[in-house]
Amino acid sequence: MCRIILLGMNHKSAPVEIREQLAVACQQDSNPLLLFPHLENVSELVFLSTCNRVEFLFTCTQAVKAVQEVKALLRNHLGTMPSTRVDSYIYAHEDMDAVQHLFRVASSLDSMVIGEPQILGQLKTAYRQATEYRTVRVILNRLLHKTFSVAKRVRSETCIGSCAVSISYAAVELARKIFGELRDKRVLLIGAGEMAELAAEHLMAQGVRQMVVANRTLQRAIDLARRYNGETVPFDHILDTLKNMDIVLTSTGSTEPILTFRDVKSRMRERRNRPLFFIDIAVPRDVDPAVNQIDNVYLYDIDDLQGIIDLNMEERRKEAERAEHIIAEETIKFRNWMATLDVVPTIIALREKAERIRCNELQKTLSHLSLEEKDRQAMEVLTQSIVKKLLHDPILFLKKKAARDTKDLYVDYTQQLFNLTERNGSDVSSLTEEAPDDKKESNILKTLKK
Amino acid sequence: MRSARIGQLAVTNSQEALSFFALLLVITYLIIQLRLQLRILGSFVSPLAVIFMLASSLVPDHMVPKSELFKSGWVTLHVTALFLANALFAVAFSVSIMYLLQERQIKNKNFGFLYPRLPSLERLDTISHYCLLAGFPLMTAGLVTGFAYAAMVWHSPWNWDPKEILSLITWLIYAVLLHERLAVGWRGRKAAWLAIFGFSAVLVTFLGVNLFLKGHHSITVR
Repeated sequence: MCRIILLGMNHKSAPVEIREQLAVACQQDSNPLLLFPHLENVSELVFLSTCNRVEFLFTCTQAVKAVQEVKALLRNHLGTMPSTRVDSYIYAHEDMDAVQHLFRVASSLDSMVIGEPQILGQLKTAYRQATEYRTVRVILNRLLHKTFSVAKRVRSETCIGSCAVSISYAAVELARKIFGELRDKRVLLIGAGEMAELAAEHLMAQGVRQMVVANRTLQRAIDLARRYNGETVPFDHILDTLKNMDIVLTSTGSTEPILTFRDVKSRMRERRNRPLFFIDIAVPRDVDPAVNQIDNVYLYDIDDLQGIIDLNMEERRKEAERAEHIIAEETIKFRNWMATLDVVPTIIALREKAERIRCNELQKTLSHLSLEEKDRQAMEVLTQSIVKKLLHDPILFLKKKAARDTKDLYVDYTQQLFNLTERNGSDVSSLTEEAPDDKKESNILKTLKK
Repeated sequence: MRSARIGQLAVTNSQEALSFFALLLVITYLIIQLRLQLRILGSFVSPLAVIFMLASSLVPDHMVPKSELFKSGWVTLHVTALFLANALFAVAFSVSIMYLLQERQIKNKNFGFLYPRLPSLERLDTISHYCLLAGFPLMTAGLVTGFAYAAMVWHSPWNWDPKEILSLITWLIYAVLLHERLAVGWRGRKAAWLAIFGFSAVLVTFLGVNLFLKGHHSITVR
């Protein structure tokens, strides 16, 4: 019986020291998949490594031995470390638990920031490497493709990735709610904190028209302006430039507010009341909170933005619950598919399908003809024996392969050739066709069939 | 339907006027929807249209005696222009409500159910602006034709009819709004409030006079 096992550690199971080593190991070139030929008990292997997690997904027949081999592989990957320590941080999921875990990882329910989109890309890279090293076959091929479609389904059917959960992105979202298009907007960046720079980059990505930088240190201003392809203004002239700006990002180290109610108020008329959006990321704040009371002026400081993020995180957690339902559903579907990989159900399905076709066709023909009972029976016998003879060889072939490791492959192809998995028949073929190896082989089979 | 039967634009009593207005409102919305793809606007405009239809069926239906007075092209022009202007103002009114809701959420940093569904402030403001830009000349044209026809029929453009007075007040409100927007650069919250105020003046002119006050617009006098 084939088992699916997933060994790994993530930000929940392992402390930060261990994960630091992971990050180091991440940057090394050696890929554990290279050692795949040395693993005697592991039949398929996918290896995923990010800075916060490492996962070994494999199939085997002898679970205990295979787990030992993979653990050794993991220790080897992490470098020198006492084995007892590492073992206590590892979790192992078997069979459907492993499938469910993989679905959760891919849908970003298991991530540090729920709903972040990178993990799916990382998993796709991991799968591509595995196909390059030829360490995946029928089961993991199928599982990984299913995983990608589950993750896609979670993304499209829940709002798990829809609201901003970083300060800088929340600011951009707000700007879009105020201005709509940001393409013709100008941004003034006052001071240069890390977060303000991030927000500025997000705004640049939205295609703002112009970026203007003001900084007390001129050199720093020039550097930043070059980075954003913008201009600099002297720090003392900030108030005058307000007239032409739409979004103002401040993050100076000033202890006093640099923009007061009166400064801003008097400039709104010059602006003909075009909206002005202040994003104040500095602590202590750079913009007088009273500024928010002016018409068409919107001021958000770091606490306001944090508040939005907290709300959005809450929203994501709610969506995560919906996602869990989808995953549970898909796990059951996958279990059903696994069950069909056994030879016997396939043979039964094959016979049933043939019998169904025979009965239907026979009935169609007989309804046109007026035959006597004797002839009718002769027809019956004739069709039965045709079906039986035709199926004899494929069934014998499957039975012969039942004891072999490669049986899954043949079962899968039989199902595809005869289109046996009708419950989810359409996506069986579409998914396996995406895998390069499978495609080649199924093409060969197609030509053989001809 | 009734329009065709009596061979003139069926707007002589309140019932007809209200349903005709609801129809125009929906048509205006659909045109805007085609241009801007702003589906949420529908959820604000359609209740308005429903209210007008309901009002139309509630208002007592007294047939007005046919009169040669209303069979002129001038009247058709006068009524259509004014009703179209009013429909545009109704859209501006809805958009302004949307603007105020959205503005309050952003200003108070308190995001509710509508926040993700409403479009951006600038977009709402622009729509309101264009409705005003299109509606105001129509209203002016409607009033001018009305005065011209009055001058022809009654030999005096101005008859101190309550509807005339109120219409002029409404026109002035919108004139002020347009002036502030174009010359002073009003926009956003204040402009939205004035658009809402203007539309309530429209309602008073339109309904209040028909229902409660007597004048040649409510047909009974002459």
